Amino acid sequence: MSDVLHRLAALLPADRLLTGPAQLAAYESDGLTAYRTRPLAVAIPETTDEVVALVRFCHQEKLPFVVRGSGTSLSGGSLPVADGIVIALNRLTRILRLDPAQRIAVVEPGVVNTQVSVAAAAHRLHYAPDPSSALICTIGGNVAFNSGGAHCLKYGMTANHILGLKAVLPTGEVVEWGGASREHIGPDWCGLFNGSEGLFGIALEITLQLLPRAECFYTVLAGYRTLEQAGDAVSAVVASGLLPGALEIMDALALEAATAAVHAEYPPGAEAVLIVELEGTREAVAADRGRLEAIIAGSQPIEMRPARDAEERLAIWKGRKSAFSAVGRLSPDFIVQDGVVPRRRLGEALRHNGELARAAGLRVANVFHAGDGNLHPLILFDGREAGALERAEALAGRILKRCVEMGGSITGEHGVGVEKLEYLPAMYNADELDCMMRLRAAFDPLGIANPGKKFPRAGAPALSQRGLHPLERAGVISRE
Amino acid sequence: MNEPLTPATPEALAEAVRAHPRVLAIGARTKPRLSRMPAEVTLISTRALRGMVEYEPDEFTFTARAGTPVREIERELAARGQYLPFDPLWLDAGATLGGTVAAGLSGPGRFRFGGVRDFILGIRFVDGMGRLLRMGGKVVKNCAGFDLPKFMVGGLGRYGALAELSFKVFPLPAARLTLQLPTEGAEAAARVFTEAAGARWECEALDLLPDGQTVCLRLAGPAPAIEAVSREILARWPGQALAPDRAEALWAEVREFRWAHADGVLAKVALTPAAMPALDAAVRSLKGARLHFSAGGNLAFVSLPPAVALTALPERLRALGLAGLTLRGGAPLWPGRHTIPAIAGAVKQALDPDNRFPPTED
Ligand SMILES: Cc1cc2nc3c(=O)[nH]c(=O)nc-3n(C[C@H](O)[C@H](O)[C@H](O)COP(=O)(O)OP(=O)(O)OC[C@H]3O[C@@H](n4cnc5c(N)ncnc54)[C@H](O)[C@@H]3O)c2cc1C
Repeated sequence: MSDVLHRLAALLPADRLLTGPAQLAAYESDGLTAYRTRPLAVAIPETTDEVVALVRFCHQEKLPFVVRGSGTSLSGGSLPVADGIVIALNRLTRILRLDPAQRIAVVEPGVVNTQVSVAAAAHRLHYAPDPSSALICTIGGNVAFNSGGAHCLKYGMTANHILGLKAVLPTGEVVEWGGASREHIGPDWCGLFNGSEGLFGIALEITLQLLPRAECFYTVLAGYRTLEQAGDAVSAVVASGLLPGALEIMDALALEAATAAVHAEYPPGAEAVLIVELEGTREAVAADRGRLEAIIAGSQPIEMRPARDAEERLAIWKGRKSAFSAVGRLSPDFIVQDGVVPRRRLGEALRHNGELARAAGLRVANVFHAGDGNLHPLILFDGREAGALERAEALAGRILKRCVEMGGSITGEHGVGVEKLEYLPAMYNADELDCMMRLRAAFDPLGIANPGKKFPRAGAPALSQRGLHPLERAGVISRE
Repeated sequence: MNEPLTPATPEALAEAVRAHPRVLAIGARTKPRLSRMPAEVTLISTRALRGMVEYEPDEFTFTARAGTPVREIERELAARGQYLPFDPLWLDAGATLGGTVAAGLSGPGRFRFGGVRDFILGIRFVDGMGRLLRMGGKVVKNCAGFDLPKFMVGGLGRYGALAELSFKVFPLPAARLTLQLPTEGAEAAARVFTEAAGARWECEALDLLPDGQTVCLRLAGPAPAIEAVSREILARWPGQALAPDRAEALWAEVREFRWAHADGVLAKVALTPAAMPALDAAVRSLKGARLHFSAGGNLAFVSLPPAVALTALPERLRALGLAGLTLRGGAPLWPGRHTIPAIAGAVKQALDPDNRFPPTED
């Protein structure tokens, strides 16, 4: 054990400081499985005080750290660094306060997303952000990535539901921002911290706003002969003045995967499926459903299937939410992209991505948040094939650049992580990147918090379009 | 004091910032306390920096220059059946979009879908080095980079001068209905707020008027639906539905602060419904004080006549542990609970190393 690990060992009992290769193996990767790195050690605090002590130790020792929730990041956000430690928060799982009158929950960062809604259900309340990974991902990870889900158009992202934060900054400073009120005074620090991808420090206590569960849902699944028709239906729904809770599309390959994995059933012959969900009071849903049906009927669906009861609604969502892992069954490996385009250009973007995929000789499945213009192309490849990952990444890069050219973004909800490092400059110019680097340095003068994520690590080789990942070249990461 | 500069483009705004050692961008000055500055500070008015830059009704988004009066924006959106759901304030008085963001002010409608912070998507702003920078995006969803657009909400222009802002908007509800529920004081109102907020009704706004006796509850949605819901609410509490023109006048009075004293201190306070009775008692003990509770008891506006000592509100807010912001009058800028973490100075330094913009404390 190195000197620094010896000193670190004074902070935690031996069984909560992992250093053996077999123990570390479990933490080498996150949801972006193509990358792995072995950290020096994994620290498993059980209290927020221990987290603060660990961060202060790292600051004193100039020791890089990567915080980890459940490790479901799809962009390599929780990928360890070889010269640093992982601080794993899975034991900070207490719901500290649940106040049904004020409709808030105060939680520790390791609390799993759905646990909040489970705890709130008795009061007819729920926590709105619902990433497909909600059964495993943590609120801390959600905050770091400003995670989304299927209901962002109407309810926004994680940041829109965070009222207060207690956090330890990479300098060891402990701050408290916001609180139980839905209003804040002064600059929106919580807003700034959200989406900072672990670079601004560690969220220790998070105050979440809870919303009354909608009384009534009306969920319709419609099958279309082409993806473009489904996209047009989305535009028609939006143009009608309805504000659906969710607007999702799955393409043929995604349908095939969901059918195989969870025995979902879709209209025969459908090349694309649209899911629209209205929610609200029973009176409002009753008043709006006729309008929605008329709009969909006018969009030339092969078939329209309204969910007749709660069970059918759940089945529709099960198919949708399982799509990511289901696609995993179709192919040994895949990467998920997360670009955003203006909604009206969805059809064009999908057509274009299809052409790029054909040219690259790769299969791409599409499952996405159509209401937000947030694409999720899943690029299938076989990692055992020489050069396949590189081809997949090159295709992903072309897709992202196209999103930016169309006036969108390289990421809607999965974050930049290590995966999209080289594409951030497609969205921001040198001054803008400099401004962000200055902010980062303000929070973390030593550059020890999640280094090499979101921005290239200082001293890392210049970024290139293709070939080895820059961190790979720097010897920081390697692939399976 | 010299006349403020009036740049007409974002580039000219950047130039104006670069040309002066101490600057602050101002809008229509509907919240004069926020821009009360010593003479050496050059004021840059956004008066000429106005107009819609891009409006995409199909996308639910628009981008406008910082000096655009919110009234103009509201009109343009309404013509396409859309709106900013957080009920921006001081529309008649000419409040600008940039000022609304910098002041971090939302009105009654913020209750349903959130406030300014929840609808801002992106900005172009000038940092303390005079660089014109774009942060955030123009699409409804984007998480690349740091969320500086949100940080600017409530930043009072102390971290940068806003040039352009991109927002998300929503389709206007088909109909609205306002109910007036007579209530006895803040404590009873807080109970109504709490119950209504947790109920199935999906209220759009929940305010308590300055008389302290009238809860105003607004519903929005398809007409038959809100009528049915309103009957249920009126069966729960006695009250009456307002005719549309009266309802409109009532909410305009709230949004324009016609209920407040013309002079004296006007401050915003962030709170929870549970804190309403204590704040109400503390403020009403001051002679002539008026107070409006908004957003279901998460927001209060306090208006004091000029005769009340400027230290009175700060003392009371601090005693209650509440945070506030003075919008008009001579009270301290941050009259309530206010801590200054070290990171605040570091971030100010990062964005404004030469302290071109005013300090966040004054
Ligand atoms: C099958 C699947 C489906 C998914 N679906 C969605 C989806 O629909 N929408 C969506 O947005 N994402 C989705 N994701 C991505 C992922 O689940 C989210 O990014 C999630 O928020 C990550 O949470 P986590 O606990 O796993 O965090 P981790 O992966 O452990 O960490 C993510 C980042 O957060 C940082 N972090 C963790 N905890 C803290 C903390 N307390 N303070 C500060 N930083 C912290 C880490 O350093 C890292 O940078 C999906 C992932 C999978 C595998």
